Amino acid sequence: MNITWYLILSAFIFAIGAAGVMSRRNPLVVLLCLELMLNAGNLALVAFSRMHGGEAGQVFALIVMVIAACEVVIGLGIIVAMYRNRLPIDIDEMSELRG
Amino acid sequence: MSATSYGWLVLAFPLAGMLIVSLGWRVLPGRLPGWIGTAAIGLAFLASIGALLDLLDHPEEERQLVDSAWTYAATADFSADLAILVDPLSVFMCLVVSGVSFLIHLYSVAYMSGDRGYARYFAYLNLFVFSMLLLVLAANFVILIIGWAFVGAASYLLISYWYRRETAVRAGIKAFVINVIGDAALVVAAFLILDKAGSLDFLGVFQSAGDDFTENEGTLVAICLLLLVGAFAKSAQLPLHTWLPDAMEGPTPVSALIHAATMVTAGVYLIARTHPLFELAPTAADVGAIVGTATILFAASVALAATDLKRVIAYSTISQIGYMVLGVSIAAYGAGLFHLMTHAFFKALLFMGAGSVIGAMAGVQDMDRMGGLRRAMPFTFVTFTVGALALAGFPLTAGFFSKDEVIAFALHRGGWFAILAIAGYLAAFLTAFYAFRMVFRVFFGEPVPEARELEAGHVAHGEPMNPMTREPEDSDVGFPAPEHHVAEQSWPMKAAMGPLALLSIVGGIVAIPGVTDTLEHFLEPSFQDSRFHDTAPTTGSEVWGLVAGGVIAIAAIALAWLVYVRRPGTAARIRERVPRLHRFLVNKWYFDELYEAMFVRPVSTIGAFSRRVIETEFVQGTIVGGATGIVRVGTSFARAIQTGYLRMYALFLLLGVAALTLYFLIASS
Repeated sequence: MNITWYLILSAFIFAIGAAGVMSRRNPLVVLLCLELMLNAGNLALVAFSRMHGGEAGQVFALIVMVIAACEVVIGLGIIVAMYRNRLPIDIDEMSELRG
Repeated sequence: MSATSYGWLVLAFPLAGMLIVSLGWRVLPGRLPGWIGTAAIGLAFLASIGALLDLLDHPEEERQLVDSAWTYAATADFSADLAILVDPLSVFMCLVVSGVSFLIHLYSVAYMSGDRGYARYFAYLNLFVFSMLLLVLAANFVILIIGWAFVGAASYLLISYWYRRETAVRAGIKAFVINVIGDAALVVAAFLILDKAGSLDFLGVFQSAGDDFTENEGTLVAICLLLLVGAFAKSAQLPLHTWLPDAMEGPTPVSALIHAATMVTAGVYLIARTHPLFELAPTAADVGAIVGTATILFAASVALAATDLKRVIAYSTISQIGYMVLGVSIAAYGAGLFHLMTHAFFKALLFMGAGSVIGAMAGVQDMDRMGGLRRAMPFTFVTFTVGALALAGFPLTAGFFSKDEVIAFALHRGGWFAILAIAGYLAAFLTAFYAFRMVFRVFFGEPVPEARELEAGHVAHGEPMNPMTREPEDSDVGFPAPEHHVAEQSWPMKAAMGPLALLSIVGGIVAIPGVTDTLEHFLEPSFQDSRFHDTAPTTGSEVWGLVAGGVIAIAAIALAWLVYVRRPGTAARIRERVPRLHRFLVNKWYFDELYEAMFVRPVSTIGAFSRRVIETEFVQGTIVGGATGIVRVGTSFARAIQTGYLRMYALFLLLGVAALTLYFLIASS
């Protein structure tokens, strides 16, 4: 099978994820979309790994999954803290960094 | 021990006393700080006597001894040493300063007891005596200026001693500011001397004065006038006198010590010390004589109308120092310094008596509220009257010989100096009159309630309040103590006033014309280079001067008796007859108002203008505001990007990555 299909699928998923991060206001959904982007990257890594016949790409994919798990822990932790402090669950409301 | 070793000891004792009292104030119990301070000054007095005895052992030509502890500052062709000069003049000043200071410390031990700042008071007092002794023992202008400035600082501390009393703090600031005018003039004079003579050592400058300067040369006259400004500021002469009456805000013993007996005579000492310069600049010396005489008349006239007991004595101090300035300016050095000594005795005594009277009146200083204290306070009455007699120049008292000797010398100089002498006699009449105005108003007449209470044996206790503004006060630290002390009930005060009363009567024996000339003979080595050395008035003319002075004093005392005792109410009638003159005198010739309009108000106007326009508009608005404005405008674009929306940041990130990717794709193809 041609690697192009894998890459196209990966690019699609990445684009969906990126569009979701930029357009959604619910932080939970934003986290989900981030996860999509990471896994799109994973798909590309694994595809390239098969194409070259080496294991490095597979190992990278595993590490990215670990990173993704850590990131979800922190992200969910922040969301829980927001909920505990009765803050609105809406990332547009969290705009204190405005200059 | 040599005379200079004694000189160093004279300085060491008060310094040690100050250090012990100021470091140990927490652990020293009760009156011990006072006794330590008194003992330190007593030892300094003994050391002064040691210096005197040793100096008398030297032959007359070798009585100017300089000793240097270390080099204070050294440059290419000039060096200033921490050196003392022990000569008859400085030993004489040391004896007067430490002797009178010792008695005033003794008086303060009792008078200030109960005050919450007791140890602080004695630390200040010892600091003052140390500075004053440093001033008179200095062997060059550098050390003189150091002592001079220290004296001003100690005076400030002591005037503002009751630091929670606003009037006292203001008076301290006033005294300090006016003293600093004098300090600045003195420093400039020292610079000019260094420029011209290449040295600041007294003996060096004076020896080569004849070669360095021509007579009445412009620079020299300027130097002498600047020295005079310094002397006038310290000695409260016109027009820099306004601080001294206000300095009466300090405790009464301080008024006795600093503002009557010692500090204010520093100006007289300065003129006497630098007499070789003044003799080469007769113009400046004449200015000194004229200002001195004007001050005598001015202060005596104000003392006639003042009703605050301490301020009357303060104006009489200004007036008497005028005599001294006149004396040393017309080359009557012996007479001027003689008057300095006798004045120290009777003026300290008068202030001590006034302190006792104020104690009996529970802090009241207004003579209008006093009267009939004679029977309640016999000791104070006798000693105060002795002081007043000496001040008035009553025949055979100390002030009689000294004051009239100055005037006799002025007459002897002839020419227009005779006018000064006549003014001196006129002021002597006023002096005797107001001296006995005090005595008669305080001690004679109908006894006031406080006097009756004291006759019954206990001292009146009024509500603590500011005697000037009548504001209520408490008696915690920073305000006067609640207890009042009178001489009749405490032996240290008696022990201090007794010797001074005795000296006020017999102090004149050291220089009776035609009989003794101990003092002038002793001071001779300091003034032997004077051009007027041989122009002293003859004994005959001095005796005639004394007779005239005595007659004037007796006449004035009789007139005061007539006005205040024989026909009470005469004073009020005179006051009604000349209301404008009276108001003029009560307002002290409007000097304070004049200075307020000339200096204080313009300066505060300029200050308010700078605050409002320069500070607010220019500095805050233009410079500071301009800089921040530029930054604010320059960063407005950067701030606009920072929306705070996470999604925007993600978009920018993505666009950036996309742009980079595109670039590399295009570049690689």
